[in-house]
Amino acid sequence: MSGTFNILGVGILTWITFLPILGMIAILAIPSGKDEISRARSLNYFRYITLGITFIQLILTLVVYSGFNFSMPGINDASSMQFIERVTWISVTGLPMLGDLKIEYFLGIDGISMPMLLLTAIVSTLAVFASWGIKKAAKGYFAMYLLLVTGMMGVFVALDFFLFYVFWELMLLPMYFLIGIWGGPRKEYAAIKFFLYTLFGSVFMLLVMIALYFAVGSFNMFDMMDPSKFDQNSILAGFGTSWRYIAFAALFVGFAIKVPIVPFHTWLPDAHVEAPTAISVILAGVLLKMGTYGMIRIAWPMFPDAVQYFNWWIGLIGMVSIVYGALCALAQFSVGKRDLKKMIAYSSVSHMGYVMLGLAALNTEGVIGAIFQMFNHGTITAMLFMIVGVIYDRAHTRSLDDFGGMANKMPVYTAIMTIAFFAAIGLPGLSGFVSEALVFLGAFKTYPVLTVISGLGIILGAGYMLWALQKVFFGKLPERWSGPWDPTGKIYKNDDINYIELGGLVPLAIVVIYLGINPNPVIGMMTSSVNHFVELIRIGGNFAGM
Amino acid sequence: MSHDLLLKISVVILFLPLLSFLIIVFNQKRLGKAAGIIGTSILGIDLVLAAIVAFNKFVVYPNEAIIQWKFHWFSLGNRTIDLGLGVDNLAAMMLIVVTLISFLVHLFSTEYMSEDKRFPRFFSYLGIFTFSMLGIVLANNLLNMYIFWELVGLSSYLLIGFWYEKDSASNASKKAFITNRVGDLGFFAGIMIAFFTFNTFMFDEIFSQIRSGVLPFESGTILTAMGILLFAGAIGKSAQFPLHVWLPDAMEGPTPVSALIHAATMVAAGVYLTAKIFPVFTADALTFVAYTGAFTAFMAATIGITQNDFKRVLAYSTVSQLGFMVMSLGVGAYTYGFFHLVTHAWFKACLFLASGSVIHAMHHAMHKLHDHHSDPQDIRNMGGLRKTMPKTYLTFLFATIAISGVPLTSGFLSKDGILAGTLAFGNLSGHWLIPAMAFISAGMTAFYMFRLTIVSFFGDFKTEIASKTHENNTQIVLPLVVLAILSLWVFYSFNPIDASSGWFAKAFKPVETVVPAEYQFDFMMPYHDAHATESTEVSHGSHSYLNKFEEELHHQHYTAMFLSLAIAGFGILLSFIFYYYKKVDPDKVANSIKPLYLLSYNKWYIDEIYQKTFIGGTILLTKLMFWIDTYIIDGAVNGVAFIWRIFGTFVGKFDNGVVDGLVNLSGGVVGFSGSIVRKLQTGRVQTYLLLSIIGVILLLWWLF
Repeated sequence: MSGTFNILGVGILTWITFLPILGMIAILAIPSGKDEISRARSLNYFRYITLGITFIQLILTLVVYSGFNFSMPGINDASSMQFIERVTWISVTGLPMLGDLKIEYFLGIDGISMPMLLLTAIVSTLAVFASWGIKKAAKGYFAMYLLLVTGMMGVFVALDFFLFYVFWELMLLPMYFLIGIWGGPRKEYAAIKFFLYTLFGSVFMLLVMIALYFAVGSFNMFDMMDPSKFDQNSILAGFGTSWRYIAFAALFVGFAIKVPIVPFHTWLPDAHVEAPTAISVILAGVLLKMGTYGMIRIAWPMFPDAVQYFNWWIGLIGMVSIVYGALCALAQFSVGKRDLKKMIAYSSVSHMGYVMLGLAALNTEGVIGAIFQMFNHGTITAMLFMIVGVIYDRAHTRSLDDFGGMANKMPVYTAIMTIAFFAAIGLPGLSGFVSEALVFLGAFKTYPVLTVISGLGIILGAGYMLWALQKVFFGKLPERWSGPWDPTGKIYKNDDINYIELGGLVPLAIVVIYLGINPNPVIGMMTSSVNHFVELIRIGGNFAGM
Repeated sequence: MSHDLLLKISVVILFLPLLSFLIIVFNQKRLGKAAGIIGTSILGIDLVLAAIVAFNKFVVYPNEAIIQWKFHWFSLGNRTIDLGLGVDNLAAMMLIVVTLISFLVHLFSTEYMSEDKRFPRFFSYLGIFTFSMLGIVLANNLLNMYIFWELVGLSSYLLIGFWYEKDSASNASKKAFITNRVGDLGFFAGIMIAFFTFNTFMFDEIFSQIRSGVLPFESGTILTAMGILLFAGAIGKSAQFPLHVWLPDAMEGPTPVSALIHAATMVAAGVYLTAKIFPVFTADALTFVAYTGAFTAFMAATIGITQNDFKRVLAYSTVSQLGFMVMSLGVGAYTYGFFHLVTHAWFKACLFLASGSVIHAMHHAMHKLHDHHSDPQDIRNMGGLRKTMPKTYLTFLFATIAISGVPLTSGFLSKDGILAGTLAFGNLSGHWLIPAMAFISAGMTAFYMFRLTIVSFFGDFKTEIASKTHENNTQIVLPLVVLAILSLWVFYSFNPIDASSGWFAKAFKPVETVVPAEYQFDFMMPYHDAHATESTEVSHGSHSYLNKFEEELHHQHYTAMFLSLAIAGFGILLSFIFYYYKKVDPDKVANSIKPLYLLSYNKWYIDEIYQKTFIGGTILLTKLMFWIDTYIIDGAVNGVAFIWRIFGTFVGKFDNGVVDGLVNLSGGVVGFSGSIVRKLQTGRVQTYLLLSIIGVILLLWWLF
């Protein structure tokens, strides 16, 4: 196994996870400033500290990637996890009923978490560019931002269920404030809805976690995946019992809310519409993946029997999400406020449906497609939300009716948006195609009918994306935008996209194009894990007929 | 030339246009007009290389089925996803077609687009289109095909919508992309079936597995379905009914684009795909393909008769001719289907570029007259252009003769083969409707093409604009001349009435089907396999024919020729009577068959029907879904929240009124008793003493 990698005696995964906390402390220590000049200086400190911290985090993640062994499967095998850090965190003995309570600080990664780690590092670094325009209470914003990053990273490296849960909940708090304070007109509603909805899901997760703890006697995920570790008197012991199915379903709902899967998705459009640009980027780019990551890391290996029992339904849910999300996205042209951001939010529902469909395929192509789709959706949707942010910052509207003819006013912006939109449509040569094609090829082997119906999503997807492209860029420029965005020239020197915004978008575009042509760097790291995963679930639950 | 070198050059051919795209797109301002020179020269080099590759393939390796490379794209651990490219005879020919037409269109555009403010961008788009199209040509597997298929869709989207300020252009580009996506979904479903069954995308591996008896889901029906689904991609790209609606609208793009993409190359990709996967078609799939093509040919021809927009007539003519090619492949006349693709590419590109020449001249004339309202594409504004634009006229006329199927042209050779094929198919299978539609369409083609020529080029100037037109310069005329010359018979066969002895027919011999005999027409089964079946025809089997169909096609050759000559002649004669000699007034005829005329003029109302059904239905469905989302799903969420709020309010009230009330009550009781007690506290020692005494007495009384 590859050895742990220490810096100053502390493991690199800990560095990656908790570095933002250091940044947060630094930001909190700097005064906001009293007069305009010192405020502006402090604002710059906050920005550059955040950017610096996330950038170092990205570098460290790349260090991890360079030392990552592609052939070690991980999943349910603790010995083939990499960069392990393991110490006892909480240990209480002799508790009534519980006996000994032991919670470990147990970090490690495998081929499932590595892509997510990379994605989180990339998106959280680039989203800082989208936060550049934040002026209101900037200190709080950037502090919360860094706390959020810690929570996200923690989720992807935790191997102790309790620790996982702590990070999972930790991330809720900054998210609530980031939407609730820096959001749009209905920010309170959206923030509370997001918070309560996710908390509702967490309750299910907590219940199952406790039940598993009683069955296994520890919070170690690997113990929970090992049937021999179960107390034979536990209700969760054995395979194929109704209690296990119920526990799986509860866990599934807990994660499904985060994904989100129809019908648990309605917090998403509201949260996205109200959230500030960078937070939408993080929300779509990383947070949604935590739901499907939780399924792959926790729910599936712990309950392979239940996965097989419910598998067709999971595929169906995937199909429904794909088609339903796409229809709702398309509906933004016929009803409602024709909000571009809302349309993209619904497209996320549709695109995350591909992940579910791929998981339900339960074969190599499908699951690799699903995880790769998580990665690609992260980068592509991050682009889409940044793009909406660019135009919203200038026009202060997102209604598609207000736009038109922007292609001549903002040619570079148009080019970037065309790349992002076509990536979302799944155009070959861009990363989205590879993952969607793999999902379809894999899912067709398991559920041909569901897959072909899901294919409607690619037609509808082309429909809403091209429609939006046309509405924003083509036709005639409305009279109200004929002048420059900013006549004073203070904020926007010229009409086209500026360098800060390009700083966020261009690296993402490069990733999207590069992985579309050569998907090996991401697919390579997950192959052995996924093959092991598929085998585990299939054999684990004795899946007949596959 | 070794295989390796040949493939390396093919790779260079593929990527040169991409290079052109990249150079131009990142240097648009810097390059300006130079973009045209760069793009055209790169395509010139590409053309030379393509000629070298094609020459080597036809001369050095004429009998090798395919020279190809396969490589791993990425690994999934237990299997790999492979890509590759290959040059077979089809690809070699298509390399020439694509690079030559692309080169000529580049050249043409340097003049035609010279006043456009996005001149460099136009050439960059031409580059990426050519790259994508060459990718389709060189694909040796379904996945490559699909990848470039979609990229062609993107390039077409960009080029149709090039003048995106016009709503009609951006609508047309969107329509083209989405309509194609419908076909692509079918195509991809076919690919999924293929990958599921054969675990490969490679054409040759799929064919050999089917030949050895591996069938999807072990069913001939699913094999039929796979063939039809793959063909669905062609229905979209090659604008076959019912997905043909995008092509006429695509004429909103600049005219060189129409020539390159919507006449000669991209729309031919569907036919090319159909030819590539021809061996997997079962009897049912072939019949489906044949009817699709025949009906498309017929329907589009009926529409072409009544249109007044110069380019729209050509667009419907393209749809109709594509129908001929598809039908030809469907009936099994493989050689002639592909032959028609090639001959049609030349003369249709010529027709479109000539139309571009006319429109360009009309534009200039309008400019001179300060007329900004007339339609430069309406043939009713033209007339007499023969006098002002003689070179354009002559090339256009020659291409018209070729498309009408008059002897001594390439179009005659290929169309004649197709018609013979339909007769043979009708004879052998009993599907007589197909040759019937084919011959009628051929007659209508001659009619509407001559109508177009006569109305726009003959007679007197109908408007002042027409009289002020001028012949264009060399960059525009030269491509026309080249393409017109290529429409002579001599390039394909020295015998002007029979192509079967020419090099083309020899290079593109019919391919064998790989489908098991029980799912295939008897007459399609190769003779050398027939020994295995119980066919009694074996003894008649001739060595020179692949199968019974080929033999029959040969027998039908002269029948088809005389019939087609008669019907084309009739069509041409009729259009002269109507429009040149004006013996019959076409308006009166139109009035006497008003419903039919309107049906044709309104394009069979297909756009309107789609608008009402599919598009209207989808919009309705989206509204319904969003209503459900807002009021049912989110309504439930908010409803739960509401109930909790009410509950919370109630709990709050309870808390305030009851719980807190009790607390307050107890407090009140204490307070009340306190107030009573307070009254007792008078502060007088006597009272205390009295009370103390009473207390003591009571205590003592209680104690004893």
